[in-house]
Amino acid sequence: MPEITFLQAINQALHQEMEADNTVFMLGQDIGILGGAFKATEGLFDKFGRERVIDTPMCEYAFSGLANGAALMGLRPIVEFQFADFISTGFDPIVQFAATHHYRQNNPLPIVFRAPWGGGSYAGPFHSQCPEAWFAHTAGLKVVIPSNPYDAKGLLISAIRDPNPVIFFEPKYLYRSQSGEVPSDAYTVDLGLANVAHTGDDISIITYGAMVPEAITASKILHKSNISCEVIDLRTISPLDSQTILDSVKKTGKVLVLHEARKTAGIGAEIAAIVSENAFEYLDAPITRVTAPDTPVPYSPPLENAYRPNSDSVIQAAKTLYYF
Amino acid sequence: MLESDKTDHIKLLYWMMLTRAVDDRTISLAKLGKIPGTIFSQKGHEAISVGAACALSAADVVAPMHRDLGAYLVRGMTPGRIFSQAMARSTSPSQGRDVNTHGMGDIELGIIGYVSHLPQAMTVALGAAFSFQYRNEPRVALTFTGDGASSEGAFSESLNLAAVLKLPIVFILEDNQYAYSTPSKYQYAITDLAARATAFGLPGMTVSGNNVLDVRRTTIKAIHRARNGGGPTLIKANTMRMEGHALHDSAEYVPKELLDKWKAKDPIANYKKMLYEKKVLNRRTEKLLLEQINKEVSNGEQWAENSPYPDPSTLTEGVYA
Repeated sequence: MPEITFLQAINQALHQEMEADNTVFMLGQDIGILGGAFKATEGLFDKFGRERVIDTPMCEYAFSGLANGAALMGLRPIVEFQFADFISTGFDPIVQFAATHHYRQNNPLPIVFRAPWGGGSYAGPFHSQCPEAWFAHTAGLKVVIPSNPYDAKGLLISAIRDPNPVIFFEPKYLYRSQSGEVPSDAYTVDLGLANVAHTGDDISIITYGAMVPEAITASKILHKSNISCEVIDLRTISPLDSQTILDSVKKTGKVLVLHEARKTAGIGAEIAAIVSENAFEYLDAPITRVTAPDTPVPYSPPLENAYRPNSDSVIQAAKTLYYF
Repeated sequence: MLESDKTDHIKLLYWMMLTRAVDDRTISLAKLGKIPGTIFSQKGHEAISVGAACALSAADVVAPMHRDLGAYLVRGMTPGRIFSQAMARSTSPSQGRDVNTHGMGDIELGIIGYVSHLPQAMTVALGAAFSFQYRNEPRVALTFTGDGASSEGAFSESLNLAAVLKLPIVFILEDNQYAYSTPSKYQYAITDLAARATAFGLPGMTVSGNNVLDVRRTTIKAIHRARNGGGPTLIKANTMRMEGHALHDSAEYVPKELLDKWKAKDPIANYKKMLYEKKVLNRRTEKLLLEQINKEVSNGEQWAENSPYPDPSTLTEGVYA
């Protein structure tokens, strides 16, 4: 299998789905002529033209709403937000119309809202955010965050073929730093299924996105201290795969929830609640959360390095948990 | 006058009278405690929603707002389904999940249901228009919004995006002088909202929103333009909201003189008067029309009342497709 980057995997999925289905089209800012701020849509404009790869004006509200209407009339729009931070200007059509439409009107609304997501690149408060909890709290949306090139391609293809609105966040920290073997043909990875990214017996590290490689690095180092960690890569934040989480927790009895989004009312809180409700009697220690603090994302490297969890903070927390 | 023209006039009158009759009956049902939610009166808006919707072809789509009951009826939504939606029954277009005309869409009839966040329907209509352009179909999207919603950012974004992509879409802006309690003078500083279109590079026209023929004539022109690749048009229709914002609102903030002035401009009474003068309408025809409308409304009400409420066990169904 050829080895490609996370970014190339995204680009490949887009090319292949656009080729396979002419109801699929893309819209967003600078996705055409430029090929996207991160080059995720490179080559699509040349191949499919302005009819299907549309450079829009700066109007997240209007183009998200346009996607709603186009999906309602049988097309499959893929909307790109230049950064996940900017999804707030298109929030209303996504959470009010798209999310509720099937429940109220019984029509499917197949849309993918893609966005480069997360920090680690010293881009400051408005180009580094992790807004997945906003959408996980909204009924009717699926929220997907892949952690490696293989999943990125397979999950994106599943998202495009899904009949529901899907928020698809791409950890931009991994765009070029992560490479892996990816089949050249189209394939799917099921939405709503977590993946056991690393097996272990002592602690379950439940995480997603760019924290998955940090958790795996930490697990390898902890292994030397005879602490065996299992890493659960959620892949889909909504709906959550409770079964895989609980199966792991029942085996290890210790839970470390890890995400680079802020702590309060984050996905980690939901996971902690699911574990408490369903596997309380299996727990040997309180659930530990390793997350960003409740502050905006700061710019200066010493600040952002302190803000964003990494393998070191995971190791430290895992040791405390292990010796509880 | 040709016989076909007479029939056409009678048809327009019928749709406006039906709109008012359904509106009146809905208000009565609400006062009888048969409607759990609120309702928005259509009074003053009948000529706009009917006139504009009558300009559409069967394959076109409409994305209305909450004062466009006439458009629903013209597109084939039955009074029964409208009552069942207000009465929260399982037979309604939203299966009892959305309130009054909100979420009362039916894609088979070319109606897109709206959400409360005006002018979001404009953006959804952009997408319908885009799909027609994408597939090279000679179809048009028509959407409605209000003076209050024209202050929202999405209004400007929509006009701009429609103009840039040259979409086959017609925007109707119903200026009824009040957004809830806020009068136009606190809503916008320009004299005529139609001028906003010019700023985005599309034509803006003003019509009398109480004159169904004027509304339809202008909408037909705009639709023709859109269908033939000419791009979007904004039509601003002047009228007056004759009741409160919603049922609970006695609207004492509206000066009585203003309402009296507009009462004299009632879109249905004046159209009727004109048809009598032109000898298109006579007592007998009007009586027949009324009888037919009463029957439709009463049958619809009965059907809705006999419809079951949704089963609570279905509460969590259909969140996802």
